[in-house]
Amino acid sequence: MNPLIQSITQKQLRDDIPDFRAGDTIRVHAQIVEGTRERIQLFEGVVIKRRGTGISASYTVRKISSGVGVERTFPLHSPRVAKIEVIRHGRVRRAKLYYLRALRGKAARISEKPRV
Amino acid sequence: MARKGILGTKVGMTQVFTKNGELIPVTVIKADPNVVLQVKTPETDGYEAVQLGYDDLRKVLSTKPAQGHAAKANTTPKRYIREIRDVALDDYKVGATVTVDEFQAGDIVDVTGRSKGHGFQGNIKKNGQSRGPETHGSRYHRVPGSMGSIINRVFKNKALPGRMGNHKVTMQNLEVVSTDTENNVILIRGNVPGANKSLVTIRSTVKHGKLKK
Repeated sequence: MNPLIQSITQKQLRDDIPDFRAGDTIRVHAQIVEGTRERIQLFEGVVIKRRGTGISASYTVRKISSGVGVERTFPLHSPRVAKIEVIRHGRVRRAKLYYLRALRGKAARISEKPRV
Repeated sequence: MARKGILGTKVGMTQVFTKNGELIPVTVIKADPNVVLQVKTPETDGYEAVQLGYDDLRKVLSTKPAQGHAAKANTTPKRYIREIRDVALDDYKVGATVTVDEFQAGDIVDVTGRSKGHGFQGNIKKNGQSRGPETHGSRYHRVPGSMGSIINRVFKNKALPGRMGNHKVTMQNLEVVSTDTENNVILIRGNVPGANKSLVTIRSTVKHGKLKK
């Protein structure tokens, strides 16, 4: 990458991102602006994808909300995310877990695997 | 309204976060201080313009006339020399520098560059025509179609294959996201014409200069 472009984006990168991968369950503390008020909204689910490098890196979290699958994609270095908590490390054999979209209930479980 | 302008080099594209956390695409333009080489006035030249020079040339690469022209502005010969019209002439003195300070975040600008050359291209790529069927006995695959009525010539502007790209292109109403005086960098929202490392001219917009909502 061009060193000038790198220096422009370097300042905006966060260094407080925990290590998480596809298959992990995380809780995202997203900051939401309602008019002038700001509040934190929690979004907890399975990471089904991580993509990109540098400032354009992003991840997608999937959860089942009242029977409907909901996916949200966040920029990894977004200043509007207060915190990312890793709740559980999952054992998966894919980098992109799109197959979860077709599965429901028991079949959509991911077994846990402690990471050293 | 008087316009402002500066010459720079397209470095490439990246993304930055805005104040409210949006990730927006930006083009990075490196604009080292330009030098005013000449101020053209109606009395001497018949029109108003300011001539900017950008990017120092080694003396061995420049001609004597170029050196003499630059010497009048007390500077080295420049690789790129362009004129900016509709400027406030009193603000410019020969030999003065023009920096990225000309623009602030939120300004609306027009950016001119030379588009990437694509070589000799057919009508489908060059003019956006659609292709004919590949099979079922079709012999009408990627050809430009009829040349029009039989008058022993082809009408002007008939879409035909030819050289594509490498034109002078201006994109209007682009937003300046930020400027960095230390590194002489301007960030412009979205893309601008041309390949990386090519010359771009940034000028205040000729249009109303308001952001699209």
